[in-house]
Amino acid sequence: MRFLDEYRDPIAARRLLAAIRRSATRRWTLMEVCGGQTHSLLRHGIDAELEGVVELVHGPGCPVCVTPLESIDLARELCLRPGVVLASFGDMLRVPGSRGSLLDARAGGGDVRAVYSPIDAVEMARRNPRAQVVFFAVGFETTTPTTALALRQAAAHRLENFSLLVAHVRVLPAMEAIVASPDCRVHGFLAAGHVCTVAGCEDYGPFVERHRMPVVVTGFEPVDLLRGILECVRQLESGDPRLANCYARTARDAGYPTARRLVDGVFEVCDRPWRGLGVIPRGGLRLRREWTKFDAQKRFDHASLRVLEPSECKSGDVLAGRIKPTACPSFGNACTPDHPLGAPMVSSEGACAAYFRYGVPAQSRD
Amino acid sequence: VVRWLDHDPLLALAEVEFGGVTRACHMACVPEARVGDYVVVHAGVAIARIDQVEAQRAMAELASLPDDAEWPAQLPDEGSIS
Repeated sequence: MRFLDEYRDPIAARRLLAAIRRSATRRWTLMEVCGGQTHSLLRHGIDAELEGVVELVHGPGCPVCVTPLESIDLARELCLRPGVVLASFGDMLRVPGSRGSLLDARAGGGDVRAVYSPIDAVEMARRNPRAQVVFFAVGFETTTPTTALALRQAAAHRLENFSLLVAHVRVLPAMEAIVASPDCRVHGFLAAGHVCTVAGCEDYGPFVERHRMPVVVTGFEPVDLLRGILECVRQLESGDPRLANCYARTARDAGYPTARRLVDGVFEVCDRPWRGLGVIPRGGLRLRREWTKFDAQKRFDHASLRVLEPSECKSGDVLAGRIKPTACPSFGNACTPDHPLGAPMVSSEGACAAYFRYGVPAQSRD
Repeated sequence: VVRWLDHDPLLALAEVEFGGVTRACHMACVPEARVGDYVVVHAGVAIARIDQVEAQRAMAELASLPDDAEWPAQLPDEGSIS
């Protein structure tokens, strides 16, 4: 398929690997922010090919993984109410909350449905006027236009039985939180190409200036990832950190204006708790005042919950890039994709699931 | 993009082919896309049109990288990069 096959070309990948090896005079530590990139790096063996040259630490860019326990518990409580249908992406349903996952709640009588798109949940509400359909909205900037579009369609259809449990998050404040941590080892960032496709690249400029650290907007195929890594290494070697865009075929400076307008009309920035990282200032989105009648938390008069993470799961350290998944004592024994203790072992974008799936052995502790 | 089905600003819909599989996608974010364009689809919603000029520029840049004698193009473990 065009725009995929050429970015999986092994000859181009070999050339890029060689160029990275030639460019690096020391070992650099880069963080790929997005979980989709983590899976691609491990699937194609890029991390192993670059061993000793570039260490890739995995960022918090798995939306399912950073959704806090209390949000999952709220969703669980909602789905057990009579007449409520709770819909979300399949991965979200498998993540354990403090009292089990949403799928566990379904086994206990809750009405929980997996959907491919938030717009499918709107269709569900149209076809089932007597059900209250709640869409559990998770995801980064890439996903927010889909939720915003679903909400606007629901409003256009005058649906009284559709609402959102919003847990949307923003990438850049999380990068700020990671850099602010005293044990941050990261020299440069590969920014998530699809987040920038929607939200634009230009917001990273001040970040680069402030932290004197390269940020390279990077795609998801092996050739894309290697181009991003090469650009980052070249900048670090030359001591000239900049904002660079290695995913210009979809990511533009100002993002995608139609998608941004759609999102900005519905959501506003707020502080939001992230699983493993705590409350991140400006780290999330909530519905604007004029849209709050679609807020499930208000519709169902929901109070916030406070819950604690299980201590045997090190997902907070994994999400902040402090440890690799294999350094967690539970990895591969107490915690597997079939019996996950934490969200990164569940999701198709979670770092622990990537290490398990692509067979990285449990190793000496990092 | 194979065929436009609806041009409504909010309910815009088009058939999009993914390597042989075709499905209807919501097009409200990319109303400018034309039949034959490539789009990025996320959760059933097209969120961006791929810029073919930029894609060609990236490919030209790659072609300018030197071949490396130490790293021949055909290695036995090439299958790992699929």
